[in-house]
Amino acid sequence: MNAAFPLLFEKGRPGRKGFSLPPCDVPLKPLEELLPRECLRKSHLDLPQLSEPDVVRHYTALSRRNYGVDSGFYPLGSCTMKYNPKINEDVAALAGFASIHPLQGDPTYQGALELLYKMEQCLKEITGMERYSFQTVAGAHGELTGLLMILAYHRSRGEERNRVLIPDSAHGTNPATVAMTGCEVLQLPSNDRGLVDTETLKAHLDEKTAALMLTNPNTLGLFEKDILEISRLVHEAGGLLYYDGANLNAIMGHCRPGDMGFDVVHLNLHKTFSTPHGSGGPGSGPLGGTTQLEPYLPYPVVAKDEDRYSLDYQRPRSIGKVHSFFGNFGVVVKAYTYIRIMGARGLKQASDDAVLNANYLLNRLKDLYHLPYKGPCKHEFVLSARLQKKRGAGAGDIAKALLDYGIHPPTVYFPLIVEEALMVEPTETESKETLDHFIAALKEIAAAIEADPGKITGAPFSTPARRLDEVLAARKPVVRWKKEQ
Amino acid sequence: MSGQHYLPLTDPVRQEMLASVGAASIEDLFLDIPSSIQLTRELDLPPYLSEPEALAHLRHLAAKNVNLEDYTCFLGAGAYDHYIPSAVRHLTHRSEFYTAYTPYQAEISQGILQAIFEYQTLICQLTGMDVANASLYDGASALAEGAVMACGATGKKNVLVSRGINPQYRQVLKSYLEVRGLELSEVPLAAGGQTDLDEALSRIEQDPETAALLLQTPNFLGIIEKPGHLADTLQQHGTLLVVSVDPLSLPLLKTPGEYGADIATGEGQALGNPLSMGGPYLGFLAARENLLRRLPGRIVGETRDASGRRGYVLTLQAREQHIRRERATSNICSNQALNALTAAVYMALMGPEGMKTVAEQCLQKAAYAREQICALPGYELIFPGVHFKEFAVSVPGNPEQLNEFLLQHGIIGPLDLEQTYPDLPRSALFCVTEKRSKTEIDTLARLLEGWK
Repeated sequence: MNAAFPLLFEKGRPGRKGFSLPPCDVPLKPLEELLPRECLRKSHLDLPQLSEPDVVRHYTALSRRNYGVDSGFYPLGSCTMKYNPKINEDVAALAGFASIHPLQGDPTYQGALELLYKMEQCLKEITGMERYSFQTVAGAHGELTGLLMILAYHRSRGEERNRVLIPDSAHGTNPATVAMTGCEVLQLPSNDRGLVDTETLKAHLDEKTAALMLTNPNTLGLFEKDILEISRLVHEAGGLLYYDGANLNAIMGHCRPGDMGFDVVHLNLHKTFSTPHGSGGPGSGPLGGTTQLEPYLPYPVVAKDEDRYSLDYQRPRSIGKVHSFFGNFGVVVKAYTYIRIMGARGLKQASDDAVLNANYLLNRLKDLYHLPYKGPCKHEFVLSARLQKKRGAGAGDIAKALLDYGIHPPTVYFPLIVEEALMVEPTETESKETLDHFIAALKEIAAAIEADPGKITGAPFSTPARRLDEVLAARKPVVRWKKEQ
Repeated sequence: MSGQHYLPLTDPVRQEMLASVGAASIEDLFLDIPSSIQLTRELDLPPYLSEPEALAHLRHLAAKNVNLEDYTCFLGAGAYDHYIPSAVRHLTHRSEFYTAYTPYQAEISQGILQAIFEYQTLICQLTGMDVANASLYDGASALAEGAVMACGATGKKNVLVSRGINPQYRQVLKSYLEVRGLELSEVPLAAGGQTDLDEALSRIEQDPETAALLLQTPNFLGIIEKPGHLADTLQQHGTLLVVSVDPLSLPLLKTPGEYGADIATGEGQALGNPLSMGGPYLGFLAARENLLRRLPGRIVGETRDASGRRGYVLTLQAREQHIRRERATSNICSNQALNALTAAVYMALMGPEGMKTVAEQCLQKAAYAREQICALPGYELIFPGVHFKEFAVSVPGNPEQLNEFLLQHGIIGPLDLEQTYPDLPRSALFCVTEKRSKTEIDTLARLLEGWK
């Protein structure tokens, strides 16, 4: 039953080696002279023993059981699965970037600091912020650090504000982040157009409001058109505006979070700026602040004095550190390369095409699936499979059926305010032919559900594994291999 | 316009698609942006570059950095210059792995899911713990998440932190814990350089609200901690033992599982990940079985598919932000999956013998270097404790100037300790990994001897 895809541990054979190291060339001392018995490992280190070809075949076989953007269409809503340019990988692997030690000192990595400085200038211009830190390595990491900054700002003014407003359409990381800061989450119900309702907002603002966290365009792919009013209301109540940059890909060169009134911004370089998601990381979530807020950014920040670059630790109002070193530098290198290749017009064209692709899909799919919030959308939109669900196959089933077409499904069951949600984000790096193939697939699936939903609830049929039992996995968790199995 | 090679739409197709959505121009699709904030100018970015121009520009920047292929490195302090087998990059750069998202769709993500399941197992085998998660941001955030877990599990709010823990980690702990109302207090070091465990125990006896004791071993100053039967005593007080460990020390050193730690964390960079100026790295976090449902972040679990075949899925997701929102065990979403894959490939290639070889060579070469350096006039070992691959030495002058001198001779020198340990003036932390040869160590010693 397990023979087809054995684990590393099942493939190991005593005596096989997959490494080649020179013999130790210093005079050897008896081990017990260097390490007293009480410090020694007693248990056998039971790692698998494999040759290099064994290991290469193993991971090559595994890679063939995986699907990435290079494999095909990946319209995963809110994840911006755009193409990851190959040159980015080559550049990040240059010895002058990959083989530098974080503590070797400012004079020895002027090129790296210059890159960070130049990247900061680009991000400032794209978003209208005053300064950036690259220490935060993911969106959620940026959110946490951004909230720490906001709380520190309020405290510096002698105010204890501990309530954070979040629209009910927000990413799960937003409320989870608020909880990590000990603040209270106040959820704002969206209005019937899927937007923040300014009257509702007013009713929820008071002297306890620390911030409103907002994604704009929001997770429904809709631009918060009342953003200036929202900003005015929040600031008048003494609160600040936090920008979750997950959806920046829709608006580059069209408008900037800083001009909308946001005080703190995180970006997802692994979304908007083309760095690969790596099957779940590493990302990079640079954090920006306005003139008022930037003093609270994590230290160090990059400083420039004439032609010399340095890491500036003299930041008395900084919230401190949130990463061992300076964040995911290797990812920043890739994103900087992308920005330089795209240029201002290229980035705007990317946003234009992302929005055009999304609207094209929305328009062609709205008669097949229920569209709870009208377009035009920005870079993504949300359909509801509630009609299909009534017939017996819901959003999750449709997702699995798409796998048989060689397509990665949209995000399903999110945002939570849409029943049987299918959240579609095509990105700008897809051709019309790919979009048409997706439309055709969804059309066939909708027709199949009309005819016989049973065909869809059994999907997928052609994938490396059939539908997997998540309930079983959670009920009796097996989270590691053990010999006695 | 540049960047067009990433954009498949052509102008005629754009026009056709605009017509199909009923828009006269692309601007029609942006009318929901208030006109007062619509940018009427082009973004002021540096001019675009073609691919060869971009490559030249980035090579130019890279060339301004002193790199470890050209220089010999005796610097560690949380980021380590270990050998990375050639196959590691080839395998982790299979694009099916690196261009995928988090494996939400398990049926087409069995590759990475199985690889992460194997990673979790390898981390458990290495640390002697029961369960592990799929990775965290880095060593610092892993320790912070471990401390938060301990507070949640014990329902207590005070955390004792050894002064031997990496100073950067202690700063990250402060950022993660204080805002939640959790209190940190520092345990001093004893004369040998190891944590004063008697002091720690007496504090725990005085304060029943102590959720956890945090240790790093080998600690930041290079000394191996000897927890002995500490864990049993802590258990009697309802206090958890949370440690941060060097994964490449564990083939030789007593494991967290063996000395009874409740949570073992660490920086996984040394397992096949390049130094990259500090990231991307990965934090690992392993725990006892009873803490499984308190683990932060992703966990992969085994299950069956509809045909009854073994398969893997993200599991216990009810702990996570996308399901539990404000009641999640952490807000972490993106982790460092590709770095975890890298660590797994590294461990698979090295196997038990390779891992032990690396650990033994670090131990022997660091001991040799220590002996050579500390025999020199003006250089003295600061702590007499048991060492692994790092050691602190008092030097006859300003360490910063020493490093400038060494750099001129092609060596990236030790860490200046005074900046983070003001009570250790004129002190430097040397690191010697398996990559250093006897010749390189002898050269270092000769240079140190001649340094004025």
